[in-house]
Amino acid sequence: MLQISVWKRLAIWLTCAVGLLLAMPNAFYGPVESHNDAVKAIELSGNTPELDAQRALWPDFLPNGLVNLGLDLRGGAHLLAEVRVDDVYAARLEAMWPEVRDGLRALTPVRRQNAPDGELKVRLNDPEKMTQALAIVRGLGQPVQTLTGAGANDIEVSANDGVITVVLSDAEKSATDERTMQQSLEIIRRRIDEVGTREPTIQRQGSDRILIQVPGIGSAAELKEIIGTTAQLTFNPVVSTTSDGSANPGVGNKAVPSLDQPGLFYVIESAPVVTGEELVDAQPSFDQNGAPAVSFRFNTSGARKFGDYTAEHIGSPFAIVLDDEVVSAPTIQSAIPGGSGIITGNFSIEESTRLSVLLRAGALPAKLDFLEERTIGPELGQDSIDAGKVATMVAFGAVLFFMWAAYGLFGIFANIALIINVGLMFGLLSLIGATLTLPGIAGIVLTVGMAVDANVLIFERIREELETSKGPARAIALGYEKALSAILDANITTFITAVILFAIGSGPVRGFAITLGLGILTSVFTAIYVTRLMVVIWYERRRPKTIEL
Amino acid sequence: MRLRLVKQNTNFDFFSRWKLWLGISGIMMVVALASFAMQGLNYGIDFRGGTTIRTESPRPVVISEYRDAIATLELGDITITEVFDPQFGPEQNVAMIRIQAQDDQEAVTSELIEAVEGALQAARPDIKFISVESVGPKVSGELINTAVMAVALAIGAVLIYIWLRFEWQFAAGAVLALIHDVVLTIGVFSEVQIRFDLAIIAALLTIVGYSLNDTVVVFDRVRENLRKYKKRPLKEVLNMSINETLSRTFMTSFTTLLALIALFVLGGDVIRGFVFAMIWGVIVGTYSSIFVASSVLLYFGVKRDWSKPDANAGNQYANVDA
Repeated sequence: MLQISVWKRLAIWLTCAVGLLLAMPNAFYGPVESHNDAVKAIELSGNTPELDAQRALWPDFLPNGLVNLGLDLRGGAHLLAEVRVDDVYAARLEAMWPEVRDGLRALTPVRRQNAPDGELKVRLNDPEKMTQALAIVRGLGQPVQTLTGAGANDIEVSANDGVITVVLSDAEKSATDERTMQQSLEIIRRRIDEVGTREPTIQRQGSDRILIQVPGIGSAAELKEIIGTTAQLTFNPVVSTTSDGSANPGVGNKAVPSLDQPGLFYVIESAPVVTGEELVDAQPSFDQNGAPAVSFRFNTSGARKFGDYTAEHIGSPFAIVLDDEVVSAPTIQSAIPGGSGIITGNFSIEESTRLSVLLRAGALPAKLDFLEERTIGPELGQDSIDAGKVATMVAFGAVLFFMWAAYGLFGIFANIALIINVGLMFGLLSLIGATLTLPGIAGIVLTVGMAVDANVLIFERIREELETSKGPARAIALGYEKALSAILDANITTFITAVILFAIGSGPVRGFAITLGLGILTSVFTAIYVTRLMVVIWYERRRPKTIEL
Repeated sequence: MRLRLVKQNTNFDFFSRWKLWLGISGIMMVVALASFAMQGLNYGIDFRGGTTIRTESPRPVVISEYRDAIATLELGDITITEVFDPQFGPEQNVAMIRIQAQDDQEAVTSELIEAVEGALQAARPDIKFISVESVGPKVSGELINTAVMAVALAIGAVLIYIWLRFEWQFAAGAVLALIHDVVLTIGVFSEVQIRFDLAIIAALLTIVGYSLNDTVVVFDRVRENLRKYKKRPLKEVLNMSINETLSRTFMTSFTTLLALIALFVLGGDVIRGFVFAMIWGVIVGTYSSIFVASSVLLYFGVKRDWSKPDANAGNQYANVDA
């Protein structure tokens, strides 16, 4: 009855050993963290004596997985951003306009009409040619690659009373949304990497949201400066200047305020000559007067467009527009063939540095709205860690003492199992790279309290079985056997709630669910395997006639 | 001599007044619901949007001073509370400032936070801003929905699980006990006006899990005894089962409470509300698994003929041998 095969024994001890080995780095958090950082740095930028020394703080052959500390423990900034995916539709249609105009040029001249957002309206000078015109415009459409809508076109074209209306199709819209999100994620990641903080979390949430968590950054406002600017740079022809921003700029034009001269508006053509997408590099620099500026370089096609345009328009002004504000509007002195130039404006050095970072990382395809922002100071995190440590130690000590007082030797077995249990939990947390949050610590403390439950159930059952006196071996065996269904049912139900918490919850709730769920797994394992093994080994050695429990 | 919380063989009669216990529980639930209906919960920003700023200053907090500093910004409803914790040193004077969500804004603005921080800094140059959290009204609405859904889903999942493992009467008893626990916990939060935020939902679900744990252990024993003593009246079997598991019930509740109390006292003020909810839940959960779940079971009665193979043969435990 009290037999456990050698293989099983080995498996149990091995599991414990591996778990504890994986948990071990967490006991030496500081050195291991420096070691890991050093390894990463060496991989990236080669070796230096300092990095080597840092790396030597923790031996390479030992596991080095650590439990990540959540923002509430480490301090840092958290942002939940919503991407205005609709913004992109307008830009897509804007780009259609020159194509439509040029496509119809041979047929009949067209004029652009005012249209609501998300539509492009074009009036034909010669309405009689509508049928051919429609065919040409429809021909501009591209098939959309989607999983479901095979054969769908990216635009829908309709005609009414001499006016052609172009809208984006639903398939194209959802494909665009997907692209916008991917692009936004990529750009945000690049920008945060440029600033060089450690272990940022950049995750997509739902259809149009992005969660950004950056440990160690001073405040969410700082983070917003980096990722909140769309940094869409365009070079547009200037039509005129005005002091009235609400005046009708004319079809195909728009009025854009000046960045540093309040009350001044530039009327520019909406369709840009070149955009920031064609930049290959941007660096902070200084203009000929020594004021901070940003120098940039176009790629080949951008350089050609820019060169051609400047060659054709010597003497007329063009505007450098950043996020719908005119940074500067120099007059073209001569053709600029090399594809490089500088942007001047009233920059401080910091601003020019930041702008060049943003331009290098690329523009966000759409604006971001911030739905949630949290800044947690590092002091608060440290306080929470300290408090959590003390509380866990005290809780641990109290439970250990109590179990010993209640069950004597068996209580000590349970206590050893409990210590192994917490070790295993940390091992698993490190293995899956989970993030420990403050509620997560609460989950651990709760597990310490509840983990003994399985052992209590077993021990109480053994006590009962001892009363009907079948001898200790039989009582122990029956105790384990009969307590099992209660242990499993009780823990499965709690596990169900942990899974639901994990699936639905976000942030701190999730951290709690992870520790709670893992705690249930490890506590059931330790109770029905580890303590049992200890009891069996003890029984085999001693062969007691009676046991006291 | 071993430490015993409960004598080895108890024989309390838990069901002589079972209708009274059910009545008391019912009345408590009504009181809790009434309190909730009348004064509602003190929702944190997770659920109603807004901004909280945690400040720390070496000088004592003067709430009126803080209030005057911010009042000029006209931000509507502002609550300022001082936070106490035994672990704070004399240099740590912590306050929480909560600003309601601004009506005209869907998203969070840095300008608002900067303005508030600036105003406070002007009034008190030594102030530090330890944490700043803002939740826009759009998200907070969704958070409420997901929270309610999480609790409902958890209870539903448990209902199904127990139904499969036992009989529907057991499931009904367990779920009523759970609802009882959740309602009473919400009642306490509305009565004491402790801040109710996302973490408290986690606590609520843990209470659901814990209370269930307790209930299932009792029910497991009831099932076993029902098979063993086929002729005894249900009331006696229930009473016997509860008495037999009483020692375990108290041991586990006690160790869990030990751990939670340590966390409550020493774990810092950030999670105190959370831990409070769990302590309350453990106490209520222990009570309800004995007095509510079992009484409901007694009320509904149980099919006694376990010998016949029944339709849900998968219900009963196979000889699981670990």
